[in-house]
Amino acid sequence: MTIRISAPDTASKGEVIELKAMIQHKMETGYRRDSRGDVVARDVITRFECRYNGELVFASDFHPGIAANPFLSFHTRATESGTLDFTWTDQDGQSWSETHELTVE
Amino acid sequence: MTGISLDRRTVLTGLGAAAAMTGLSPAALGQTKANLVVIGGGFGGATAAKFLKLFLPSSSVTLIEPNETYYACPFSNLVIGGGREMSAQAFTLDRLRGYGVDIVRARAEAVDGAARTVTLSDGSTLSWDRLVMSPGIDMRWGALEGYDEAATEAMPHAWKAGTQTTLLRHQLEAMEDGGLVVMSAPAAPFRCPPGPYERASLIANYLKTYKPNSKLLLLDAKDSFSKQPLFQQAWAERYPDHLEWRGASDFGRVVRVDPQAMTVFTEFDEIQADVANIIPPQKAGAIADAAGVADQTGWCPIDGLAFESTLVPGIHVLGDATIAAPMPKSAFSANLQAKVCAAQIARLMAGREPQASVLANTCYSYIADDAAVSITGVYTNDGGALTNVEGAGGLSPMDGGPAVREAEAAQAAAWFRTITAEAFG
Repeated sequence: MTIRISAPDTASKGEVIELKAMIQHKMETGYRRDSRGDVVARDVITRFECRYNGELVFASDFHPGIAANPFLSFHTRATESGTLDFTWTDQDGQSWSETHELTVE
Repeated sequence: MTGISLDRRTVLTGLGAAAAMTGLSPAALGQTKANLVVIGGGFGGATAAKFLKLFLPSSSVTLIEPNETYYACPFSNLVIGGGREMSAQAFTLDRLRGYGVDIVRARAEAVDGAARTVTLSDGSTLSWDRLVMSPGIDMRWGALEGYDEAATEAMPHAWKAGTQTTLLRHQLEAMEDGGLVVMSAPAAPFRCPPGPYERASLIANYLKTYKPNSKLLLLDAKDSFSKQPLFQQAWAERYPDHLEWRGASDFGRVVRVDPQAMTVFTEFDEIQADVANIIPPQKAGAIADAAGVADQTGWCPIDGLAFESTLVPGIHVLGDATIAAPMPKSAFSANLQAKVCAAQIARLMAGREPQASVLANTCYSYIADDAAVSITGVYTNDGGALTNVEGAGGLSPMDGGPAVREAEAAQAAAWFRTITAEAFG
């Protein structure tokens, strides 16, 4: 599962920073049928969370209406140096994570 | 003609626009005296002016076009790739005078659909009974952050043929071997759906031949495009080291450019380009908006039967400016729409209803200087909306060997001679 994160490496204390995250995922709705007429099983990510030094700063619940390869862009305030953790979890509890180190000056 | 009958003869007569002319005696048409004005001297407008005069010889037909020379977009990618001279793309409207068309060298600046007038850049005003507009496209400046009119000097779009075409060619020639060429393709709809991929093929062909340490990166706002399997097969066979395509789900969508620094930004990457060809989002040519025939999408909704605007009665719109899907924005479509539209205007002038016809389009795309692939669609406007005729048309075969691709390149060249001769000859 390919994940791309865009976040600054450094920020000044109190600065509002933009975070962007995208995961390659088909987000299969469960409503489509294949060429034989069989229902294609639902396979969707249901939850995205971004934690900043363990604190939840952004979260989103996904449903079958979300397009493939979901892309998120959001903001948070840089308070201290530390780790940004981005985690996606699917309907079966499987999850994928990526981290980014932020230095606050 | 009732309904869709798909025998060969019906299709061919439809293509010749003759179907729409059945039941009209030449005498009845010859006596129709009307003021007909055409805006835009490209494939759509030039063809419309000529056929209006042929179908309605007693009417006056005035073609408004500010430019002395028209540079054709089809085949201009060959100029960018170095396989064709720009002079082969140049056409004038002079021969249309021989058909009795009045040519006015001015820009149409305002259209009054209620008063049925058009005001020109020289201050004069023309009145019309029917107006045909084939205004082509304009760029949506600023829709891609950093890409405005000034940016086109450093990062040409070359999506209107002319000085932009030669500028991009010169930049490729001046680039040192080992350089990175970056192209950006927009989301649909845009002029010439397979055009970015033909251009990428021909630039890669140039790099492979003359600058083998260089590479082309094609960044795309989409995940799928016209003739995709045929193009991707050709790229894998011919340009595996010289062309990389990156679709939207592979983070390929360009969101910002910096023409001073020659950098191109996707959501996640900053890419330094030696040559950048940015094909920006587009809309109908500006006069369409001024005339009130473009809607909030920036394009022009039309009735598929006579190509009459659904927003302003009496104005017909052709070609790239229209919302004519599934017909693509192509010179082939504009030319055929012009002939059908001219025939329908002749019917309307004679007090008759427009008649359904069958239309078609073929887009040839070169994958190298001597090899091409194509897609053909067949459409009907029966009922007023343009729809695909299922089972008609088709694509070049996958795995077609060099002989098949070369034969299609020869067909493409013959098509270009034919369509330019009909529009401008």
